[in-house]
Amino acid sequence: MTGTMTGAKLSLQDLRIAFGPRRVVDLDRLELATGEILGLAGESGSGKSITALAVLGLASTLGARVEGSVRLDDEELVGAAESRLREIRGSRISMIFQSPVSSLDPLLQVGELFERTLRLHGVRKREASERASNAFREVLLSVDLLQRYPHELSGGQAQRIAIAMALALRSEVLLADEPTSALDVTVQAEILDLLRRVREERGMSVLFISHDLAVIAELCDRVAVMQLGRIVEEGPTARVLGEPEDEYTKRLVAAVPKIGVRA
Amino acid sequence: MSRVPSYPDVESREEVLAPPGRLRSVPGVIRRNPLVAVGAAMCLAIFLVAVLAPLIATYPEDAGSAVHPLQTLEPPSAQHYFGTDQVGRDVFSRVVYGARISPVIAVLVLAISVLIGVPLGIAAGYFGGWIDEVISRVTDVFLAFPALLLALAFAAVMKPSITNTVIAISVTWWPWYTRIVRGQAASVTGRPFVESAKATGIPHRTILLRHILPNSITPIIVQVSLDVGGVILTASALSFLGLGAQDPTPDWGLMVSQGQAFFTTQWWLVTFPGAAIFLTAAAFNLLGDGLRDVLDPRRVLTTR
Repeated sequence: MTGTMTGAKLSLQDLRIAFGPRRVVDLDRLELATGEILGLAGESGSGKSITALAVLGLASTLGARVEGSVRLDDEELVGAAESRLREIRGSRISMIFQSPVSSLDPLLQVGELFERTLRLHGVRKREASERASNAFREVLLSVDLLQRYPHELSGGQAQRIAIAMALALRSEVLLADEPTSALDVTVQAEILDLLRRVREERGMSVLFISHDLAVIAELCDRVAVMQLGRIVEEGPTARVLGEPEDEYTKRLVAAVPKIGVRA
Repeated sequence: MSRVPSYPDVESREEVLAPPGRLRSVPGVIRRNPLVAVGAAMCLAIFLVAVLAPLIATYPEDAGSAVHPLQTLEPPSAQHYFGTDQVGRDVFSRVVYGARISPVIAVLVLAISVLIGVPLGIAAGYFGGWIDEVISRVTDVFLAFPALLLALAFAAVMKPSITNTVIAISVTWWPWYTRIVRGQAASVTGRPFVESAKATGIPHRTILLRHILPNSITPIIVQVSLDVGGVILTASALSFLGLGAQDPTPDWGLMVSQGQAFFTTQWWLVTFPGAAIFLTAAAFNLLGDGLRDVLDPRRVLTTR
């Protein structure tokens, strides 16, 4: 079986992740199409984040053992050379995190961070400058923020900057690990809006990891529900969240608080 | 749904990246922490005294092996600003020449300790695992001995000289820095921006040098500036025991320890070299404070 036939941008097959004797992820198959936003739902500890890290080849730095297959287009990433993985990280697959401000080095002005990262990926200084300002425009931030230090940014601004970095690096896949969980609801809505727009304008594929089904319902085309490292249900968001088949999914859906309803 | 529809005017900007470090400019730091300028001025003064010692000292030959049996232990006067010592040498001249010795020992020891200790600590804290184990255990072995005892042991197997004093003290000094930096680097490594840097394909070397090191260095700067006095005193302890600088050498620490015997009656023997040690330590302390401010944008903001 190959990923080529399905046209998936990113495909995970028989992915097993274990810490010592403890297996934390046992994932048969998960595919992310070009320009698709796929939700990965589940409670904390269900293996969502480590799966994303495994895609980048970073799970092993946490001491995990990874087996199986992660394919980007046609390229196998599990067991790929570290130097090749470094090229792919950032430039083809980017990741954004839950705590946007602390995901930026406190001692670097945002502009320095952009310049260094872009130049590390072989972009010339002049073009780096151009790409950074264009990316900032795309995420609706003033380029003045390039001169700020992380502690001078709000959570929403920092998360936009993280997305701008992915745009400036021309990433094709964005792994978003709970990117809105630490943000105010209004800011959260803006970030979701931005992700949607990035998908439409750039055709970026987004793997959106969240425990928040309300957010997933609003954003994602498809959703996969993960429990104890396995995918228990997968399908179009409306179907999975509207008429869940799996017991665990049913419980998750029932747990979502509803506005105006009081017991 | 609220949007932020402010498209900035990008084209009008020539250079948006790598802007001038407005918070870290040297004049800015001095304005917010004027004592830094005092520290820098004092360090410069010490340096100038060391360089110009032959011009400043009133009796340059007293820095050497001169002996004046007829004028021992004289109190401060117009001829001898700081008095004379137990063999009649001019204390002022010896303190002036001492600027060529004690501060140099301190700077050399601390430079060597930082150069050995910091890279090891950073590597141990960042990589963890067996690298950490090896580095930490070696560090522990050195730290298991009382520092002075270890320095004595090393000094004892070498000929007493200033170079060997520097080596002996450095050997006992670096493990402290390794330990401090290791803890700091380990905690920085666990922060999200390091994971974020890895996720953008930054290689280990760059993460270590550009992210972990700058974020771990502050406690070392503080420690180094506090240690200047300690190194000078440790060097004097070695001299006192006959394992460091030897008598005619106008080492401040040596002068203090030799003057101890006369302290209750001839206070000037101890006081002036002691004051020189104190001023040197204070100068580096203040300079260290400023350096920390320069390196940490947040601190500059809060002291504004």
